[in-house]
Amino acid sequence: MSHKRHSRVAAKRRAPVFAALGDETRLSLVARLCAGQPYSIAELTQGHKLTRQAITKHLRVLERAGIVHSIRRGRESRFEFVAEPIEAIKEYLDLVSEKWDQTLTRLKSFVED
Amino acid sequence: MKTNDRIGKRIELKAPVSRVWRALTDYREFGQWFRVKLDGPFVPGQVSRGHITYPGYEHVKWEAVVQSMEPERLFSFTWHPYSVDPKVDYSKETPTLVEFRLEKTASGTLLLLTESGFDKIPSDRRLEAFRRNDGGWTEQMKNIENHVAQTS
Repeated sequence: MSHKRHSRVAAKRRAPVFAALGDETRLSLVARLCAGQPYSIAELTQGHKLTRQAITKHLRVLERAGIVHSIRRGRESRFEFVAEPIEAIKEYLDLVSEKWDQTLTRLKSFVED
Repeated sequence: MKTNDRIGKRIELKAPVSRVWRALTDYREFGQWFRVKLDGPFVPGQVSRGHITYPGYEHVKWEAVVQSMEPERLFSFTWHPYSVDPKVDYSKETPTLVEFRLEKTASGTLLLLTESGFDKIPSDRRLEAFRRNDGGWTEQMKNIENHVAQTS
């Protein structure tokens, strides 16, 4: 079993990833970036009510959570989506769900016996 | 149930509501099927302590805060799910809320379990933003959503 690995994933990645995604603007940025293509800040600011500065701030939050990473190209930074932290969340929820299945099955036999 | 910060389960139990209620809220009975040895009875508003008796996890402490005990209807507590690594301080994480709701049925009891507050998972509306996007991500988000919205 890989419980140790899961618990490490849970502790180190889950909380910041959840927190980073808990914001409308950042989610819209992730939605744009998750198609795979890297975007510059200017491109990501287009169609947004927010300023370039505000968008940059949100991108840095996502970067700290490991959901995006930036590549510097000449004078501009481009941001790219990283899938792994969000996959870790799914893995974590799968694990918790599976635990409940087992626990409730034990409850069932306990009360039906 | 169609939200994304929770896990939902429903299970039919062939036992009367009163029996299920006792299994849930009597700390000794709870301990037997949950595989935890609790120090004392559940009291709303108070911390419940003990340790896991599940083989291989005996080092793990159980700690939860009892929230509601509405006889034969609702039992709930908050805790840090799956906090098995003794090196990690889980108290810094936001706890989740576990709710057991009971409903009488013709053949016994319907138990609805939810665990919610997997903090700040995007709401349905926000997930829409992902779904409109192309690529493997859409599938991934669907998986998450299906998973957390799962009711059986």
